[in-house]
Amino acid sequence: MTAAVLNVEHLRTHYFTRAGVVKAVEDVSFEVRRGKVLGLVGESGSGKSVTGYSIMGLVDHPGRIVGGRILYNGTDLLALSEPEMRRLRGSRIAMIFQDPMMTLNPVLRIETQMVEAVLAHEPMSRQAARRRARDALGQVGIPSPDERLQAYPHQFSGGMRQRVVIAIAMLHNPDVIIADEATTALDVTIQGQILSEVQRLCQSHSTGLIWITHDLAVVAGIADEICVMYAGRVVERGTVDDVLDHPAHPYTFGLIGSVPSRNERGQPLRQIRGTTPSLANLPQGCAFRPRCFRANEICTNEPETMSISSRRETRCFHPLVAQPT
Amino acid sequence: MTVFIIRRLAQSLIVLLAMSLIAFGGVYLIGNPIDILIDPNATEAERMAAEHALGLDQPLWAQYWHFLVNLLHFDLGKSFSASIPVSDLLLQRLPATIELTIVAFLVSFLGVPLGVIAGRRPDSLLGKTIMAGSILGISLPSFWIGLMSIIVFSVWLGWLPSTGRGDTITILGTQWALFTWDGIKHLILPGVTLALFNFALLIRLARAGMQEALMTDYVKFGRAKGLFERRVVWLHAFKNILIPIITVQGLELANLLTGALLTEVIFAYPGIGRLAIESIHFLDRPVIVGYMMFVVTTFVVINLLVDIVYGIVDPRVRYSGGGND
Repeated sequence: MTAAVLNVEHLRTHYFTRAGVVKAVEDVSFEVRRGKVLGLVGESGSGKSVTGYSIMGLVDHPGRIVGGRILYNGTDLLALSEPEMRRLRGSRIAMIFQDPMMTLNPVLRIETQMVEAVLAHEPMSRQAARRRARDALGQVGIPSPDERLQAYPHQFSGGMRQRVVIAIAMLHNPDVIIADEATTALDVTIQGQILSEVQRLCQSHSTGLIWITHDLAVVAGIADEICVMYAGRVVERGTVDDVLDHPAHPYTFGLIGSVPSRNERGQPLRQIRGTTPSLANLPQGCAFRPRCFRANEICTNEPETMSISSRRETRCFHPLVAQPT
Repeated sequence: MTVFIIRRLAQSLIVLLAMSLIAFGGVYLIGNPIDILIDPNATEAERMAAEHALGLDQPLWAQYWHFLVNLLHFDLGKSFSASIPVSDLLLQRLPATIELTIVAFLVSFLGVPLGVIAGRRPDSLLGKTIMAGSILGISLPSFWIGLMSIIVFSVWLGWLPSTGRGDTITILGTQWALFTWDGIKHLILPGVTLALFNFALLIRLARAGMQEALMTDYVKFGRAKGLFERRVVWLHAFKNILIPIITVQGLELANLLTGALLTEVIFAYPGIGRLAIESIHFLDRPVIVGYMMFVVTTFVVINLLVDIVYGIVDPRVRYSGGGND
């Protein structure tokens, strides 16, 4: 088992809005290991992206990290000053965003946007930085990278733009990459290409990858380990096979059940009843309780995370798999 | 691009024609200039002679036709009251207005950095103060500010002159005050008064633009790359907020260049705005119409320039223009 490069421990990120405190991330823990992929799964608003931003130290006002630790190679990122954090951002921990149409600045050349990313962390001549950028573009499979450096983002297709973004994220061979819905905006063919590209790059550089998505199919294909998030909490964690084959939390069970499958052609999709609760006004106890088919009185208490086996945890009073006794 | 410019110029010819018709008819409706121009005690014969000399005895359509024919020879006619060509009159007054425009324009640009600062921290004390200042700047009428500044700086403190243009020097046959100390002192009060509205406008534009730009993914990605915050703000976000600013500033420049009527009158500043007001008093039709022609031409030309500048700031405009470049 490789060592964890990033440990998130009991992370809590809240947004202090006028309407009240929104607990976007509440007691989230996981670890990322070198060369491995952690899938962070959940619906919109489940706190997956905010978890990513928290790690990057990029939580926007009025949000604030109110508790927990984020250990990068043993250093707590939350204790770092802003200049120290800036040095890590983009060089040791990089992030890829969802929409490649929006991630690159429309009014600056690709060259400008790549060279600045190089120079932000390593002082060198512009020529050297440019060569580095060109090589990075080549590495992610962009043809004639020398010319393409001169182009503006709108002259690229969506898939190509996302490759540029990945190239920028990989510029400094980071230890961790956080990919926030990185293939969601792309069509399925391109999605597959990008997925395998990222997987290949991360494995060859032994980069730890956090793959944030709502798409279980993508996670099944890429991840080694899964965290399922619901209403700001990790409700289930385990290896990809364990979680997908034997979900422990009723929410995970419902999610898997609602994926269209070849074997159930013509059948209505099974859906989880109800909708995601507002994070500003969560139900008492387990946040999933009003939608859960196994809930009873005990669920009005806050369930603690409990381990089912080594490397397998869930946050439920009625897990669907047998607990060790 | 060439096609675009030609089409634009053709359109503006139509605007010019319509404008001249309106100006011509408008002055005709207000009254007969001859009543103002000649001595009230003049005999009927003298009156007829004067009317004949100015061409006012002809039917209106004939006068208009005459005007159009002269216009084709770049001749705007002679002023009724001053008996010199209108173009000379305009050129005489134009340097003063240009100087005032330059000063006002430069001063008002201070609003951009202030707006950016306010946009970055809209809830801070500084941000709120800047915003409150801009509300004052937009809502206080310029004549009131002009009068107040005369009272304070000319009457009470006696620091700055309140009227006229001061010493000038002759360059290429025109009078310029910007190159003498006295001239500069005369420009400060009207210049700042005139700048105030645009200054306040720029604060609001820059603030709103900045607030919006700072929420975009490309700004977040810039931070995630580990760029310094000042580069994220002053390059990535700033270049994107320039587009609305340039649009409005084009119009504002045209506005200033065509004479700030109120400000020039209050400070007895001999620019073309005051010329327009004077000629309206005397129903000096050739000057009024000539002034209108100048206004329309200025607006058309500046708008054309603005469209060209767009292409420089926004590469998306540059490349989507029909493939002519």
